[in-house]
Amino acid sequence: MLRTENLQIRRGQKRVLTNVTLDVRPGEVLGVLGPNGAGKSTLLAALCGELAATEGQVLLDQQPLNQWKGVERARRLAILPQTSTLDFAFRVEEVVGMGRLPHQTGTVRDAEIICAALDAADVGHLAGRSYLALSGGERQRVHLARVLAQLWPGQNGQTLLLDEPTSMLDPLHQHTTLKAIRTFADRGAAVLIILHDLNLAARYCDRLLLLEEGHPRALGSPHEVLQPVPLKAVFGLDVLVQAHPELGHPVIIAR
Amino acid sequence: MRTLVKPRPLFIGLSALCLLAIWLSLALGPVSLPLFDTLRAALRLVGVPIHGEGLEQAELILGQIRLPRTLLGLAVGGVLALSGVAMQGLFRNPLADPGLVGVSSGASLGAAIAIVGGSAIGGLPEAFGPYLLSLCAFLGGLGVTALVYRLGRRNGQTSVAVMLLAGIALTALAGSTVGLFTYLADDATLRTLTFWNLGSLNGASYARLWPLLFVTVGVALWLPRRASALNALLLGESEANHLGINVEGLKRELVFCTALGVGAAVAAAGMIGFVGLVVPHLVRLLAGPDHRVLLPASILAGATLLLFADLIARLALAPAEMPIGIVTAFLGAPFFLYLLLRGRH
Repeated sequence: MLRTENLQIRRGQKRVLTNVTLDVRPGEVLGVLGPNGAGKSTLLAALCGELAATEGQVLLDQQPLNQWKGVERARRLAILPQTSTLDFAFRVEEVVGMGRLPHQTGTVRDAEIICAALDAADVGHLAGRSYLALSGGERQRVHLARVLAQLWPGQNGQTLLLDEPTSMLDPLHQHTTLKAIRTFADRGAAVLIILHDLNLAARYCDRLLLLEEGHPRALGSPHEVLQPVPLKAVFGLDVLVQAHPELGHPVIIAR
Repeated sequence: MRTLVKPRPLFIGLSALCLLAIWLSLALGPVSLPLFDTLRAALRLVGVPIHGEGLEQAELILGQIRLPRTLLGLAVGGVLALSGVAMQGLFRNPLADPGLVGVSSGASLGAAIAIVGGSAIGGLPEAFGPYLLSLCAFLGGLGVTALVYRLGRRNGQTSVAVMLLAGIALTALAGSTVGLFTYLADDATLRTLTFWNLGSLNGASYARLWPLLFVTVGVALWLPRRASALNALLLGESEANHLGINVEGLKRELVFCTALGVGAAVAAAGMIGFVGLVVPHLVRLLAGPDHRVLLPASILAGATLLLFADLIARLALAPAEMPIGIVTAFLGAPFFLYLLLRGRH
């Protein structure tokens, strides 16, 4: 399990993240919300060890993150960055196959996993194509398949960190992708996901963290966090919150 | 999508081409040996007792001139191509060249110091002059690359972008220093310097061959062990790190292998351009970017290409001989332009 207590990150003199206490629990999807520059990606970078904490530390299974051996850590923790740059004409399944690098499960098992991960991210039909020939949204889903393959099938003790995995997707694929992530968490993995779409967050996340200028403003269930007052305070946006007529989760409408 | 060549037919095809190049490289030259006699003489050379007219002379030519030259060509071509793969992986750019980290210009500087400095003190001693030249070139390449690597490091991290720019700056600095030596050199020294900078497999000897063969085999055995890590590195440094790759260690190995490989190649045969750039590219077009195939296939393709270039170099103006660097540049530069223009649409 990934947890952090009183995490603080400075860049120069500026505190870009303060007082974040968080655990990403097995089986849950934890959404991180906040306006641009609120520290969402900084939080993600700190949680995966890319940024060193000025105060506090990040623990993976009770052990500080930087004490883990690379391969051991990679089997428990996978990160999907906002954008990936890959300028070489790998085939789609080769890109996804890179997710299996930390494992020694053998080519047969790896091929099964790659296939399953491709299907989970709804890119199975792209197998055999060159990565460079894909659209932005297709590339984003291929990288999602890669990090899913890295932790496949997903179980208790594994954590997946996702930075806006739906930013380039069409409406249908925003939902299919989040459903796939939801399914992944239901098998026991812990998922932390940065989202901009409040309604997607309301529908697919178990808990939400609302960040405001590096401070956690609210942490709780979508019903608790997605209230007009905190949303107005953090985003400066007047909203109506209603219940989804069929599913009951909050629906946020700008006034 | 264009279909790629599968690894097995690729390796069979490249091996066949390589064997053909070796055969032609042994047979053709100022004294052309009949192809069949070349085979028989080669068998004699390895100890098979075959007797025939003129075979002894053929064996002599083969053993003393053609074989070391062919082996030199194989090693230089193989190690330059490998270094090209390593640099294109490190810089995550298919148009990167081993010269980017300063190894070629450093070697050139080392050689200029040896040639001009040696001439200034009244000529290097006959016996070890050539070795001193090679050693200076090798150390020059290693030294400048080490400096580039050092400049790219900050807080325990190596910035590839800083390395690239440091490489450009140091290449310019080394180039102007070579220019200074060129200006100071007398006519005979100037000629040596110029020809050295154009590269040649001429005058190959076993003594110059062994260090390069040693380095080439070492690099050729080491780099393929990092094939999967290199694949991951193409995703980006942090992505590779999250996949459990020791990225800093990998970068260090890539720079070290390139400095060693290109340094040894330049020390043995002078400056031969475009092989490290073009060969990995060509193999990628044929077989895709997977380093598990790319690395071994580039060794074969680089070795083959260099032997064919050497054949052109020694046959085109026979009995005179062209520097091989001219041939590789004539073949490589237009190909490079083709790659650039092809990428536009």
